[in-house]
Amino acid sequence: MVADTAASRIAVVPRRPSAAVQVMAWLARRTEAVAIPLGAVLVGLALFSLFLLALGKSPAALVDLVWRGGFSSAFALQNSLQRAAPLLFAALCVALPARLGLVVIGGEGAIMLGGLAAAVVAPPLSAAPAPLVVGAMALAALLAGAVWIGAVGALKAYRGVDATIASLLMSYIAIAIANHLIEGPLRDPTSLNKPSTLPVGDANMLGPMPGLGVHWGLGAGVLACCLAWLLMERTTLGFSARIAGGNVRAAQIQGLPVRRLIVGFTALGGACAALAGFFEVAAVQGNANATLAAGYGFTGILVAFLARHNPLAIPPVALALGGLEASSGLIQRRMQLPDATILVLEGLLFLCLLVGETAYGRFKIFSPHLWASKKEAAA
Amino acid sequence: MTKTDLTRRHLLGGAAALGLAGLPGRVRAAGPLTVGFVYVGPKDDYGYNQAHAVAAKALKGLAGVEVVEEERVPETNAVEKTMESMINLDGAGLLFPTSFGYFNPFVIAAAKKYPKVQFRHCGGLWTEKDPKNAGSYFGYIAQGQYLNGIVAGHTTKSKKIGFVAAKPIPQVLNNVNAFLLGAQSVDPAITCQVIFTGEWSLAVKEAEATNALIDGGADVITCHVDSPKVTVETAARRGAFVCGYHVDQSPLAPQKYLTGAEWDWLPIYKGFVADVQAGRSPPNFLRGGLADGFVKMSAYGPAVSDGARRNADAVKAEMMKGGYEIIKGPLKDNAGKEVIAAGKGLPEKALELESTNYLVAGVRGAV
Amino acid sequence: MSQDLGLWTVPLAVIGGAIRVSTPFLFVSLGETITERAGRINLGLEGTLVFGAMAAYATAVVTGSPWAGVAAAGAAGAGFGLLHGLICSLPRVNDVAVGIALMLFGIGLAFFLGKPFIQPSAPPLPAIPFGFWSDLPQVQAALRVNVLFLVGAALSVALWWAFRHTKAGLVVRVVGDSAEAARAMGYSVTRVRVLATMAGGVLAGIGGAYLSLYYPGSWNEGISSGQGLMAVALVIFARWNPLACFGAALLFGGAGALGPALQSVGVSSGYYLFYAAPYVLTLGLLVATSSPDRALAGAPGELGLSR
Repeated sequence: MVADTAASRIAVVPRRPSAAVQVMAWLARRTEAVAIPLGAVLVGLALFSLFLLALGKSPAALVDLVWRGGFSSAFALQNSLQRAAPLLFAALCVALPARLGLVVIGGEGAIMLGGLAAAVVAPPLSAAPAPLVVGAMALAALLAGAVWIGAVGALKAYRGVDATIASLLMSYIAIAIANHLIEGPLRDPTSLNKPSTLPVGDANMLGPMPGLGVHWGLGAGVLACCLAWLLMERTTLGFSARIAGGNVRAAQIQGLPVRRLIVGFTALGGACAALAGFFEVAAVQGNANATLAAGYGFTGILVAFLARHNPLAIPPVALALGGLEASSGLIQRRMQLPDATILVLEGLLFLCLLVGETAYGRFKIFSPHLWASKKEAAA
Repeated sequence: MTKTDLTRRHLLGGAAALGLAGLPGRVRAAGPLTVGFVYVGPKDDYGYNQAHAVAAKALKGLAGVEVVEEERVPETNAVEKTMESMINLDGAGLLFPTSFGYFNPFVIAAAKKYPKVQFRHCGGLWTEKDPKNAGSYFGYIAQGQYLNGIVAGHTTKSKKIGFVAAKPIPQVLNNVNAFLLGAQSVDPAITCQVIFTGEWSLAVKEAEATNALIDGGADVITCHVDSPKVTVETAARRGAFVCGYHVDQSPLAPQKYLTGAEWDWLPIYKGFVADVQAGRSPPNFLRGGLADGFVKMSAYGPAVSDGARRNADAVKAEMMKGGYEIIKGPLKDNAGKEVIAAGKGLPEKALELESTNYLVAGVRGAV
Repeated sequence: MSQDLGLWTVPLAVIGGAIRVSTPFLFVSLGETITERAGRINLGLEGTLVFGAMAAYATAVVTGSPWAGVAAAGAAGAGFGLLHGLICSLPRVNDVAVGIALMLFGIGLAFFLGKPFIQPSAPPLPAIPFGFWSDLPQVQAALRVNVLFLVGAALSVALWWAFRHTKAGLVVRVVGDSAEAARAMGYSVTRVRVLATMAGGVLAGIGGAYLSLYYPGSWNEGISSGQGLMAVALVIFARWNPLACFGAALLFGGAGALGPALQSVGVSSGYYLFYAAPYVLTLGLLVATSSPDRALAGAPGELGLSR
């Protein structure tokens, strides 16, 4: 699309456009990228308002509660950020393989296995200094996730097994294996009514990020998103992956190692998801138990698609979803609406955003071309 | 997650000096008390969550009490934020997080952070080292399952009864054991098959488990999952009799419903609310059974024989006196190992019941 | 009275389970086959399934007729399918993403509107006792076959035949394999795809009706544990072949009955692993029958997933 506009600009304006024109054109493109999603959200809210009005509830009250529950105060923001943290990793597990055209929906299993792996290595190392133990836990999680989702990639690359179905099946299998181990061989006999593994130990628990009150998973998640962006956009590897994702045959003709790229990117995605499990264990639960499968993996799919698989868009999208979920409780309590209200709103907003995708390039006002020609005409 | 030994010791010392009742109550005595309920599932699930929600609804009628509720809150740090939100935004002074998995670490962490708010958790094992403004309560509903078992024992023709269970944890194992022991008090030849579904709420698997029990010959079924609706309906459709759990499920199977073990949380909640309103600290560790009003029984269904009624009523009368021992030595588990020595017995408030890790002889299944 | 069948309980339970549990998988995967054959993926059938379950139950409670419930579920499914079909017809809209959005929307709406229907009981769909010849109650129970199962079985044969031998089936396949070829032949690609997605929605909705009105036969928020999503995945496993969908659904349902049945005959440890049997079995078969060269034989050429 960028190439398109560049070409047309050259066609219309033979000489090099002035700096002002370039800025205007750039601004127009950027404004479009903000205005269209914003418009879509407004349309979604309008539709949802109609839904609420039909039920005799006040849409204004709901918007106010979403604002107060998710964003307006330090506590509300903390609440939203805490919910966003695991979603960052879970979304990367979708966004990284998506670069190769693979739809991986099995992040939930990798989260669970990652958490379990982290919890398992801690007790034998209890004598070691805390940083070492935490490092080993993270490493174990990374490995577990990379192997698990990397296997999905390998099945795709070397056996032609569809990654969507394979990742979903492997996710269910992972959760079953983890539950079996947690309630069987790895169960801490003193974990009575909440079967869990042995505790990793208070000394090995990660505290909150200073000043934020949210665990370090948030910082690490944002960092991971930035690194993933660099990998995708600024390295040959990322570029190769994009080519392979666009057209496998073309990539193979170019001599790109398509199979290894597939395994590598899926493994990386799995490692990311597993880190969500690691932070659940090392910063929240203190052991591995069945609640590791809390649905982050599935919400992560939503985040990744909303972010259009752009790693830099994942943190704001995750925050927005975290905020919606943080306000869900307030909406239940104040408006006597069921918990599913937020689910309906999320679905509606997502639908409107998707419909909005079609609007790109439809509005003349956002066209860099228009700005360029106007400016030139004026000159 | 930071260690607060100093504060804890300080608190302990303080509490000892003041006596538990002497802890400074809530300052805001004038306004209404806001009570927050947190549920793990939908509050109209015909089961565990509904039992709490029914009591919460009744509390709304009390003077000076406001109730806020949130359902389907997972056992992750989301529950911590839910509780904080109830405290910060709704001014809650007394919180009832009702799912077991909330207790450690989330209720404990929130209690440390908000020392002026009272937290009472359903099912947890509060100990002296936990914050003084936290606590736990639970009912020995196995007494209800024992009575279920007596009625089942009179009703079964195949001498096989069945139990759909979620997970092999003490609270569930107590119920399985009591159900069979009740039936065996009628006829020692009766056996009980247990099938674990592995999840607290999974409709299709619960239905499959119920079918498998009935295929295996069981003709009276009960369960311990969050929502017994599917089990009750499936069993009744297959022609088996059912005993209810959590709440009264008789409307789901009017002909096949024998009786049921139900929670009765309202008196407990009323007591906690009254304590806080009066500026007292409610009890930190509360356990009880039928005699204490934590548990009640569904009315008998039409299929229950007169003999069964008389028998169950007589045992219930004994239980109402308090101290009834369902688990009584000599008792062997289903692997043949003696778990309770002769002459020893566990009444409803015995702490040993909180760590049951065996199935009694006659139960087919393994922990 | 029932007698002890010993180890025979297990195969019997697997057969019974296959018949009881497979129907929602069958309907959703048949519906998705139609949609995907036309070149679209609707990942949102889980939402349609759950909403169909709610709509069917609510309608049956209100009208007293389970068949009215099935009709309502089908109509609701058509609505969701239409929505998916229309939105995806807009340029540059990703069908997988729309499916995820509709999954969320459908589940959310079903939970939202379904609250008042958790408590009441609805009249169940009738079943035909094919086990009348046996004295064994277990056999009788296993062979109580719901009408919808038979409809689904017939439908899978009919669809298989229709894709090969009818003009409509051929048009759907052409549209799915090459939009350009379809256009050249004068067919409206958009219209065919929207209709195919609607048909898929109708079937998924009916699959939901089976869940709430027959087995497990009640409405609550845990009614579907991802059956819709799994069924969509099974379509790839079945290579877009309606007959294979029937087989896959039976296999999946039967394997799901293994866990409880094994416990009932005394194999009681490791039940989580037995519960994973359907997934392991499917994955194993998938790996065994795949090959890197003929990547996805039978895959519609226009399908986003099949690259």
